[in-house]
Amino acid sequence: MLAVENITKKFSGVIALDNVSMELHAGKVNAILGENGAGKSTLMKILSGVYNDYEGRILFKGKTISFPNVRAAQDCGIAIIHQELNLIPYLTVQENIFLGREIVNAWGLLNKKSMRLKTEALLQRLKLDVDPETMVSELKVGQQQVVEIAKALQNDSEVIIMDEPTSAISDKEVEVLFGIINDLKAQNKTIVYISHKLDELFRIADRYIIMRDGCFIESGEMRSMNHDDVIQKMVGRKITLMRQKQSETSRSTELLRVENLCLRSLDKKGENVLKNISFGLAEGEIVGLFGLMGAGRTELVETLFGLHPKRKSGDIYVHGDRVSFRSPSDAIAKGIALVPEDRKKDGLVLGLDVRSNISLASLREFEGVVFLNNKRETDVAEKYIEELKIKTSSHTQPARNLSGGNQQKIVLAKGLATRPKVLLLDEPTRGVDVGAKNEIYKLILDLSMTGMGILIVSSELPEILAVSDRVLVMCEGNLTAELSREHATESIILKAAIPKSM
Amino acid sequence: MEATMKNSIVAKSYRNVLIQFQSLIALFVLCFALTLLTDKFLTIDNAWNVLRQISVNICIATGMTLVILTSGIDLSVGSVLALTGSIAAGLLKNGLEFPSFNLYVGFTLVGAVVGGLVVGSGLGFFNGWAITRFKVPPFVATLAMLTMARGLTFLWTKGFPISNLGADFDHIGMGWFLGVPLPVWICGTIVLIAAFLTRRTRFGRYVYAIGGNENAARLSGININAVKVAVYTIAGGLAAVGGIMVTSRLDSAQPNAGVSYELDAIAAVVIGGSSLSGGKGSILGTVLGAIIIGVLNNGLVLLDVSPFWQQVVKGFVILIAVIIDKVNSKSDQ
Repeated sequence: MLAVENITKKFSGVIALDNVSMELHAGKVNAILGENGAGKSTLMKILSGVYNDYEGRILFKGKTISFPNVRAAQDCGIAIIHQELNLIPYLTVQENIFLGREIVNAWGLLNKKSMRLKTEALLQRLKLDVDPETMVSELKVGQQQVVEIAKALQNDSEVIIMDEPTSAISDKEVEVLFGIINDLKAQNKTIVYISHKLDELFRIADRYIIMRDGCFIESGEMRSMNHDDVIQKMVGRKITLMRQKQSETSRSTELLRVENLCLRSLDKKGENVLKNISFGLAEGEIVGLFGLMGAGRTELVETLFGLHPKRKSGDIYVHGDRVSFRSPSDAIAKGIALVPEDRKKDGLVLGLDVRSNISLASLREFEGVVFLNNKRETDVAEKYIEELKIKTSSHTQPARNLSGGNQQKIVLAKGLATRPKVLLLDEPTRGVDVGAKNEIYKLILDLSMTGMGILIVSSELPEILAVSDRVLVMCEGNLTAELSREHATESIILKAAIPKSM
Repeated sequence: MEATMKNSIVAKSYRNVLIQFQSLIALFVLCFALTLLTDKFLTIDNAWNVLRQISVNICIATGMTLVILTSGIDLSVGSVLALTGSIAAGLLKNGLEFPSFNLYVGFTLVGAVVGGLVVGSGLGFFNGWAITRFKVPPFVATLAMLTMARGLTFLWTKGFPISNLGADFDHIGMGWFLGVPLPVWICGTIVLIAAFLTRRTRFGRYVYAIGGNENAARLSGININAVKVAVYTIAGGLAAVGGIMVTSRLDSAQPNAGVSYELDAIAAVVIGGSSLSGGKGSILGTVLGAIIIGVLNNGLVLLDVSPFWQQVVKGFVILIAVIIDKVNSKSDQ
C-alpha cells in the first residue's frame, strides 16, 4: 500500500533518519515502535508532507510520489493526527473539522448546513456528544483529541497516521477510538499507530515496525511478540524494572506536612478543586499520587509550589515550620522543586540553550557582584548533563533541538539545581520512551536514597506501583485513599480513584 | 561520505558566520556603494554627523530591545521623549512656580536633567504597572501613554517651543569630548551597559526567559512582574535621555518632537534580528540596525533622493531584513 525506500533525513547535519525502508500494510494497524528520538515522528512528518527535503522515495499504490506540502498529502489520502493538538481554540468544532476544506455553494459562500450535518454524523460515529457549534476552547483535552480524529476522518483518507492519539484521553475515550480503528480496518484503510503505551499496542496493533536511532530495525506480526521482546528490541538491551526495597531507616523526619488544604475553583464560585487534603512526606520517601483526569493532582502540586496563593486555604509545613508561599520563588527558597506536567508549555524555554535552562531556577547562585559566573554555570550544567545522561552535542544547544526524554531530563535538572529537599514530579515520564523512563525511575530512587522526599503524580498505575513507598489516591478534589506499598494494588487504587457517581 | 560530510559542515559553519554577520555585511556593502556614488559620504565629518544623528535612535532602540525581548512593545517612547525634553528645558529655563504658595523653585542644569530622567522613568514605570497589575496588553497600555504624554507635553509647553537654553545645556547634544561628539559617548555608554546587562547578568537572562516562555519562567521562581516593570522603566528612562539630547541639539524643546520615533526604534530592533514575539535578539544587533537606518537616511540625502522616496526605501529595507531573517531561521530548523 504505502512504502518508503531508503529515506534519509538530516537536520543541520544531524541524521534523524538513516536509510529507512519499510512497508505499511492496508487493512492493518501498523504500530511503529521506538524510543523518543528513534525517528518515528520525523518519518511520519515526511509521509504527511510536513518535510519535503529528504533523500529516498515514497511509494504509494506502487507509484513514486512526493508531497510538496501537507495539503498534497491530504489530497492523496494521507492524514495525520499529530501528537500535539492542532486545533484553533476560538473556532467551533465544525469550523475546525472543515478548516481548509470548507464546503461552499455556487456563490462561494459557506454551506453551513451541509457542514453541520456532516459534522454531526462524524461526531456521532466517534460518540462525542457535543454541539458542532461549540467553541473548541470550551472542550476538555480528551474531547479536543476526538475532534482532531474527526478532522482526519472527514476527508476519507486511505492512510491515517496517529501519533500518540491516546496521550490525553480517558480510558472510555480510548475504547471509542479502538472501535473506530477496527471500523477503519474493516474498510481496508491503512492505520499507522505510534504510541509508547505497550499494553495498548498489544491490543490494537496487527504489525509492528521497530525503529532505533533513526534506523529501521525489524518488522513482523505483533502476535509473535511479547512485552519484553518489544522493549528489548526498542532499546537494544534488556532492562529490568529496578525497584528494590529500600531501608526504612531515615523515615523518621517529616519534610512536608499538609493539613486541610483547600483550593477554591477558578470558574465555579463556591466550589473547591481541592477539599481538605492532609498528608505528610518523610525524608527519603517516595509517595505516588494517583488520580483520573480532573481529580486535582496537578492543582495539588501547584498549590504546594506556591502557584495559587490567593485561592488556597489550610496549612503547609516544611520541616515543621508553617509556610505561606506567595510565589514559586518562596517555595524554591524553602527547598521545594516542581517538575511540571507539560514540559514545552511550563518547563522549558525552548529557544534558550541547555545550560541556561538548567540554571534558570537557581541563577542567583551563579551571580557574582554584578555578572553571572559563566564558568561555574557551565560546570553545573555539564555535571547534570553527565549525571542525568542528557543526550546533547553540547550545553549550548537550544533545548528545542533535543528529544522529548532529554528535554524532560533538562526540566528535572533545573529542579535539582535548586537543591530541593522536596521534589514534586507531575507526570515525569509522559511522552517519554521506555529507555528514558527507566533512567528517570532509577534517578528518582537514587534521589530518595540521598534523603530527598519525592511526590510523584502519575496516571500510569504500573509506574505508581513500581516506584512508590506509599500511594495517595485522589478523586474529585478529595484524598480518597492512602495506602502503604504492601496494600496498594491496582484494583484498590482504581476503586478509590473512580467517582462514586459513575 | 566522510569528506562530503566534512565539507557540508564547513559550508554550514560558513553559512552560520554569514547569518551571524549579515547585518554587518549589509552595512559594509551599503557604505561601499555610497562611497562609490558620492565623495561626500566617506568623510570624518559625515561619519560624526551620522553617529550624532542616530545616537538618539540608539538610545530609544536599546530600551525598546529590552521590552521586545520580553515579548512586549513600547509605543510611547516618542511622546515620552518630547515630554521629558520639554520638562528638562522648562525646569532649566523657568523653574517651577507654585503661585498659590507664592513659591518658586529654580533648577540647575543637573537638576533639570535629572527631572527629565525621573519623569521618563516614572512614565515607563506607569506603563509597566498597568501592564503587569491589570494585564493590559503592552500595545494598548503604551498606545494610551503615547497619547497622554503628548497631551501633557502640550499642556506643559502651552504649545510653544522652549528655546535658548544656554551654552551649558546645548553642550550635551553639540559638544565634543576627546574628539568624539558627546551624544556618541552617551549612547555608547548606554549600549555597553545594556549589552552587558542582557548577556552577563541574571536580569538579562530573565528577560530572555520571559520572552521565550513566560510560564516556564514563572515556574522557575522568576518574578515576572518585577522584570517587566523594570524593562518598561528603563525604556522610559532611555526615552528621556533621548529627549534631553534632542532638545539640547536643537537648543529648543519642540512640543511635537519625537513623533513616530517609536517606529524608527522598532525598525532598528527588527533589522537587528530581534523577534517581535520575544526571547530572541541582541542589543548589538539593534545598534547595527540603527546604524543601517542612519547610513541609509544619510546616503539618500547626500544623493539628493526626495524625502518621499526615502520613506519608501526605508520601509522596503525593513521588510527585506525581516524576510532574510525568516528564511534563515526556517532553513535552520
